[in-house]
Amino acid sequence: MSVTARSIVVVAATFVALAAARADEVTIGSKNFPESYLLAEIAAQWLERDGHVVERRFGFGGTKVAYEALLGAEIDFYPEYSGTILSAILDGAELANDIDTINAELAKQALVFTGQLGFNNTYAVAVRRDDAEREGWRRVSDLAATDDLRFAFSHEFLQRNDGWPGLAAAYRLPRKATGIEHGLAYRALANGDIDVTDAYSTDGDIARFDLVLLEDTLNYFPRYDAGWLAGQSLAPAVRARLDALTGQLDDAGMRDLNARVVVDGLSFAEAATEFVNRLDGSSAAAPSRTGEPALWPLVLRHVQLTLAAIAAATLAGFALALATYRSARASGALLYIAGLIQTIPSIALLALMIPLLGIGFVPALVALFLYALLPVLRATLTALAAVEPVHRQVAAAMGMSGQQEFMHVLLPLALPHALAGIRTAAVISIGTATLAAFIGAGGLGEPIVTGLALNDTRMILSGAIPAALLAVGTDLAFDVLERRLVPPHMRVSR
Amino acid sequence: MNVFASGAPTLVLDDVSKSLGNVQVLSHLSVDIDGRGGTALVGESGSGKSTLLALALGLLRPDTGSVTLFGERLDDNNVRAVRQRIGYAVQEAGLFPHLSVRDNLTLQGRLQGLDRAALNVRADELAERMRLDSAMLGRYPVELSGGQQQRAGICRAMMLEPTLLLLDEPFSGLDVVTRIDIYKHFIELASSREAGFVLVTHDLSEAHRLCEHVAILRHGEIIAHGRTAEIIANPPHAYARELVEAQRLHVSHG
Repeated sequence: MSVTARSIVVVAATFVALAAARADEVTIGSKNFPESYLLAEIAAQWLERDGHVVERRFGFGGTKVAYEALLGAEIDFYPEYSGTILSAILDGAELANDIDTINAELAKQALVFTGQLGFNNTYAVAVRRDDAEREGWRRVSDLAATDDLRFAFSHEFLQRNDGWPGLAAAYRLPRKATGIEHGLAYRALANGDIDVTDAYSTDGDIARFDLVLLEDTLNYFPRYDAGWLAGQSLAPAVRARLDALTGQLDDAGMRDLNARVVVDGLSFAEAATEFVNRLDGSSAAAPSRTGEPALWPLVLRHVQLTLAAIAAATLAGFALALATYRSARASGALLYIAGLIQTIPSIALLALMIPLLGIGFVPALVALFLYALLPVLRATLTALAAVEPVHRQVAAAMGMSGQQEFMHVLLPLALPHALAGIRTAAVISIGTATLAAFIGAGGLGEPIVTGLALNDTRMILSGAIPAALLAVGTDLAFDVLERRLVPPHMRVSR
Repeated sequence: MNVFASGAPTLVLDDVSKSLGNVQVLSHLSVDIDGRGGTALVGESGSGKSTLLALALGLLRPDTGSVTLFGERLDDNNVRAVRQRIGYAVQEAGLFPHLSVRDNLTLQGRLQGLDRAALNVRADELAERMRLDSAMLGRYPVELSGGQQQRAGICRAMMLEPTLLLLDEPFSGLDVVTRIDIYKHFIELASSREAGFVLVTHDLSEAHRLCEHVAILRHGEIIAHGRTAEIIANPPHAYARELVEAQRLHVSHG
């Protein structure tokens, strides 16, 4: 057995062993916004106190990603909302928004929506508390009686079918409304610049800005009841433990818990511990390992990811360029395809990888590879096309074989530009690799994604600064490489 | 002496036709060249002289007919071996820009696994005989003047003592003083050994200076082939006469 074959067997055996070890572990996912992190962390601690071993794979970059991770058995469950399941997972189906109907549909995909916590995180209409008390507003319909209110809504809410147009019609509100960035709306409302805006009903900022949510008496907004979306194969003990959380968290409770994180600055783990302590009457401390992630493993993973992608793109780019550079049509087609891939937004490309390759390292690697291909390919093709025919003629006349011609003529002549292309690809990849955290590939994107969800600048910087340093370091390394490999008059950079 | 598969510097084209794109460049051309003493292929651009050289190197294959070098008919199997016995020099030298001049000279030998030290000695010797300052050997081609590059290009072609030198207008684009100097040293080198050379040029006076024989090409046909002195003294064809006249005009005005 060759060394390669043997190492393949060893690696495969390791994977099998890891998979077996994982069998009695529960893997919990979350999406990348604070409430999802918080709910997932609550579930994690709740299960841990019951003796389960939990793996946290938090921060998936969207419903689609989390859903595919679930289908691919990469995770066992994650927090989800009934309205989201209807619109994003069972999309197109005209279904009633109730748990039984949803579960009947989900059963076709061997999924289950269980353990509804008791709160409904839907759209809501927010006003200032003093206005509400002075005018006696309690319901959305109360606003119809007052003229000259300044309505300002997030752009998405203004556009959505189930947003402002329908709401205004249902409650006979004036149709005049302006758009405002959601992140600014609460402050504008609190400052008195506007009078009414849209909100999420469990948003932690509601309390911070002393706002009041008006009751949707017509049940105009779809329900977004929170629960756990799980595979039907979820271990009965785990499911029973999750179902024990049913009805334990109402709108106000979730709002307060969110505020503990986004307003009071607690970590997800700390806020979750407060809640879980209240549930079981203990006073345990928050588990520490879910706090600040250690830097070096993240850097290492980041470097692994980009290095592997660049190495693959360099090999493939050179091979493809060599195979096609003699034909303008073939190389043109290749560049066109590579360019087309480049135009796919990176988060979309990552999401496209999931049905094919699942989540984690491999799909992230493939996506990064595809992005790195264009700069390498373009630079190499340009460089090969620029090789003067006379040099190839002289090489042939010297009796060089094809391989000798490549090693001694084509490669060194194309190297300066190819190297510049690889350099560009590498620097771009280090940046793009931060997005790999969205599909659970780890790396320096992890603190960035979590920090973004938390609006925690320190955490964002703890990922962004090393990533930037890595990019600068890589650029410098290529400088050194160029000095070593390329004679001065052929260098591309300065 | 056996001329078949011999050391004789012969290039024979037998009934060769060659089209490039839809242009018939050579049509049923037959020529028998003995490179000893030098043969010039003279013609204006488009006359087919560069195509003929590319056929001799096996860079192009004839559509019909055959190309025979040193008594060996050129085919896919022997083309690399035959090329090892050819030295090739081109206009503007064609030195590899990523290699020092010395590495340019020794590359072919190194690829054949020849002793590096011996190759360096040979490079030094040739450079001296072509009056190329030995300090230039350590430099990149881009740091050399056009004349120096051309001297280096000729040295490179002669490194492995080829049986036949194929020279594609290597002296054009140089100033007269440099050119005359290079002629002198080239002739000294070329005549010092039993090798031959084929020089492609559009300049009949250059042919007259360097080559004992000349073949005049026009529209893909050889219209005159013989001893250079005789052709110039007694041009056998109207176009050959024109060329001679033009060259004389050139000399008298120059």
